[in-house]
Amino acid sequence: MIADVLILACLAVGIFFNALGIAGLLRFPDVYTRMHATTKMTTFGSMFTALSVIIYGAALFLSSGDGQYVTLSVHTLIAAISLAFTNAVGSHAIARGAHKAGIKPAPAIVDRLEEFTP
Amino acid sequence: MIDPWYIAVCILVILVCLSLIRLFLGPTAADRAVAIDTVNTLSVAVLILLGVAYQQIIFIDVAIVYALLSFVSTLYIAKYLGGEL
Repeated sequence: MIADVLILACLAVGIFFNALGIAGLLRFPDVYTRMHATTKMTTFGSMFTALSVIIYGAALFLSSGDGQYVTLSVHTLIAAISLAFTNAVGSHAIARGAHKAGIKPAPAIVDRLEEFTP
Repeated sequence: MIDPWYIAVCILVILVCLSLIRLFLGPTAADRAVAIDTVNTLSVAVLILLGVAYQQIIFIDVAIVYALLSFVSTLYIAKYLGGEL
């Protein structure tokens, strides 16, 4: 009973934050602000949907004792961890590539990265 | 009662279609790279939820492999944007 409420709450939080990320992707004016919106919001939302799946597997394992639900939870945990690491590193790489391609933020005054790159 | 996993999958697929708008009309190539990165992240979430909805653990393994491979493709797109490839 408590597990059902937790699963629905985690799903709702995850979908809400994913929707916020997509709204930021559609509405923000710049590459860097769009990346700021989508990377954090979709990582957070996808980890919360994965957390709901983990809670579902744990609750079904505790009630039925079947071993395949442990497999479900552990594999979902591995997927969430790999998602967290790859999103952070990938967005950093895209921001670096965009800066090297000459795209500047719109009201930029100082550019510290330009002083370090030849 | 409709299973809540299917409703969540439908909403996430609608969000993927909304981010495809930015993929079509992004002004620069970096905007399109950001949009495709978002689509990859949401696809991993959709695959995890579909694995629960259909009771198939193999979908979640596919999600892990998809996350790692899309990371490699994102790194190469970023290298290409910076002119280092």
